[in-house]
Amino acid sequence: MRIGTLKTDYAADEALFDTGLQKCLLALALAGAVLLPFLASPYWLFLACLCAINVASATGLNILTGYTGLVSLGQAAFMSVGAYTVAVLEIHLGTPFLLNLLAGGLTTALVGIAVGIPSLRVKGLYLAIATIAASVVLHFIFSHWALTGGVQGLSMPPARFFGVTMDQPFQLYWMIMPVTMLMVLGAANLFRTRVGRAFIAIRDRDISAEVLGIPLLRYKLMSFAVSSCYAGLAGGLWAYFFRVVTPESFPLVNSIFYLAAIIVGGMGTILGGILGAIFMTMVPEVLKFGAGLVTPFYPDALALLAPVRTIVFGALIVGFLIFEPQGLAEIWRRIRRFFHLWPFKT
Amino acid sequence: MDWLFLAEVLLAGLGAGSLYALAGVAFVLIYKATRVINLAIGEILMLGGYVFFGAAAAWHLPAWIALPVAIVAGALVGAVVERLLIRPMLGESPISVFMVTIGLGSILAGAVQVIWGADPLRLPEFMPNTPIFIGDAYLAPKVAYGFVAAMLIIVAFALALRFTRSGVALQATAADQGAAYSVGINVSRVFSLSWIVACAIAAGAGVLVGAIGGISPTMGIFGLSVLVVVIVGGLDSMLGALVGGLLIGIVEAFSGTFLGGEYKFLITFSVLIVVLMLRPYGLFGRHEIERL
Amino acid sequence: MTGAATDVALSVEGVSLSFGGVKALTDVSFAVRKGLITAVIGPNGAGKTSLFNTISGFYRPQSGDIAFEGRSLSGSAPPERAKLGLARTFQNIALFRGMTVLDNIKLGRHAHMRTGLLDALVYHGRARREEIALRAEIEERVIDFLEIQHIRNAPVATLPYGLRKRVELARALAMRPRLLLLDEPVAGMNREETEDMARFILDVKEEWGVTILMVEHDMGMVMDISDHVVVLNFGQVIAEGAPAEVQMNPAVIAAYLGAGELGRRLRSPEAA
Repeated sequence: MRIGTLKTDYAADEALFDTGLQKCLLALALAGAVLLPFLASPYWLFLACLCAINVASATGLNILTGYTGLVSLGQAAFMSVGAYTVAVLEIHLGTPFLLNLLAGGLTTALVGIAVGIPSLRVKGLYLAIATIAASVVLHFIFSHWALTGGVQGLSMPPARFFGVTMDQPFQLYWMIMPVTMLMVLGAANLFRTRVGRAFIAIRDRDISAEVLGIPLLRYKLMSFAVSSCYAGLAGGLWAYFFRVVTPESFPLVNSIFYLAAIIVGGMGTILGGILGAIFMTMVPEVLKFGAGLVTPFYPDALALLAPVRTIVFGALIVGFLIFEPQGLAEIWRRIRRFFHLWPFKT
Repeated sequence: MDWLFLAEVLLAGLGAGSLYALAGVAFVLIYKATRVINLAIGEILMLGGYVFFGAAAAWHLPAWIALPVAIVAGALVGAVVERLLIRPMLGESPISVFMVTIGLGSILAGAVQVIWGADPLRLPEFMPNTPIFIGDAYLAPKVAYGFVAAMLIIVAFALALRFTRSGVALQATAADQGAAYSVGINVSRVFSLSWIVACAIAAGAGVLVGAIGGISPTMGIFGLSVLVVVIVGGLDSMLGALVGGLLIGIVEAFSGTFLGGEYKFLITFSVLIVVLMLRPYGLFGRHEIERL
Repeated sequence: MTGAATDVALSVEGVSLSFGGVKALTDVSFAVRKGLITAVIGPNGAGKTSLFNTISGFYRPQSGDIAFEGRSLSGSAPPERAKLGLARTFQNIALFRGMTVLDNIKLGRHAHMRTGLLDALVYHGRARREEIALRAEIEERVIDFLEIQHIRNAPVATLPYGLRKRVELARALAMRPRLLLLDEPVAGMNREETEDMARFILDVKEEWGVTILMVEHDMGMVMDISDHVVVLNFGQVIAEGAPAEVQMNPAVIAAYLGAGELGRRLRSPEAA
């Protein structure tokens, strides 16, 4: 149980991880992340990379939708901008991958700002639909532009880092995991400062926020920029991971996937974006495993996998919204609160 | 310029647009009464098509029985969905409710695939197929009958909204929920009723759409066009749904014919963007004044 | 009464505002003197909140001008006005539900901070220094002053009404106000809470030297603490002066009594 917080200065009280237990858990998680590639099979490393990419993108969407209250159904389309930027740079210029990722993030941020411009006039669901429109336009551009390889898309060479070719999950892990961690840390930092507070204020009461000194358009666009930059970085990582980028790689249903991830995880919490993205990435794997188990008794199980996945996906969205609207992060908080008082109150 | 050809494209566009308008009316009905954006409308349409298929092809029922079966199935789904999924979300943010309907769409699309498989299917023929000419312009008979049916339903619906007790109750609820409640209108009944009627209309529209283009589990994409229609027309305007539906139908027909099928979405969504920038509440929608 | 006087904090000159055909404010003029408490009173629908929203910059008047410390505010957006030192509270409490009390108060300082997007993402360095300095200042100047130490980490959604009003005042104080606009600071409060709030308002005036303009229905409190009272009715200024004078003004009495026989006789043109 936790008896009290004994802080002696404001700096300690403003820290991200304030209790000893939190610091221990964090250290354990970091150690686990470092050791994982040496212990896990390529299949598990593949999943870990996929989870990390989705965490990066979901965290970005969470900044825009969970924290700023601007609903976007364009996250997958933004990822495609980053993925194509990285692919084109890698193919035509062969620049270092960190530079390419950065360029992907910045390009996507610019596209995000352009998409965000209507956000001052167009609100709520109208804005969500405007982001669908932007996705349609981007899809059209990518499937008709010679530079992006039309409907065939682009195949790109693997990233190289000091002579090492990064084409296996083991090497890619060392690219994807650190980048994702830095992105998540950045997002957590954002909400310790005035920028993050301004985002939340816009979500809760945009008109009052303006009277309190927050220029709305500027901060809405900033939120769009950060969020789409995150999507672009995630898309760039995705491109290095799969090395084939086509217009069909990022369909609208993926945008819904990221929205579902932050709903299931918990909107407006950093932990929610992480938990939700991992959870939603793992659900299809669990279903696949389950289908494998029942195949001996019911031979058609694998054929039903795709539709069942669709049903489970929908049911998770609906179920969490109705029964646990704060998502997995809230469940986690409940567990923590329980142990704060344990064993004196159970 | 071949005027006859243009006329035929226009007629085909009006035909497709009438179905958009019909689905749009269903969409607007739910929005007006309950302020819910129902993104699952495309999937309910699809469900209507599949139930008709199940009744007509698998159970060998005649079309005049299969059609009501599909419509009743739509109504039932509407009732169940409203009671189990939408009612508990009362008072939640519109975005959450909107996401519930996305989840619902996903569930319906998966369920249809589990029951009927993933391959596209053709509905049994149930409309006369003597070619129809308007002047010299040819119009596919299914499209023509679809248009007539859609327009009849819309007109009947508009009359019901004006002249029946339930219709007036619905309009009152749409105008001011609190006031409607305080004069004794059973608002929760209006909510149920609007979902039931809207889903029944959508299921019927699904049969018409399926009769023309066949049915498949990806039919839900039709919902995306309906979304464009109602945004362009204005979310709370029946007239907007009608005008928007016909407009988008025509725009799609012309862009599909002269530019190619892949331009269809690009053009309609460009129309959407332009309308959103110029009239953020649609052509016929009501602008709500913001208060501090 | 013109803006040229050096002791005038805010001057409202000939402001008219209408929505469609409905006139909310008609040719409203008055001045708020530095270092004093000015109250705006009037029956419901008299245009008090519209006046506040116009001063905040949320509504644009069709004619007239508002000057803050001798400088015209027309053309400056609400955030710029906030930065100049116009802080306000809202009639129906506009706290941000998703934040703690502390974050709500910190938000008030937004316009006076410098942390940019990149600083924020990195945090260590400039953003951290600024945040910790802000925290220290808010703790010592605002939270101690308003006696809300015990709730600083509570989410605002869980607070009772009276405390929310106090947190809103705290946020306005964090804005480093030069002029504080209070929209019904004691509405819905019981006697004890009202007295606490009145004391805080007087302390703000005396210890912080902040000029205060408030809208309030509680006549007892208005008469007790304000130095100057402006009376609005149907969007027009019908009287102004010291509390005692205003109380005796027949036009004011009539406005409050409504359009009875007495009211009609008293609301003569020269009284307006």
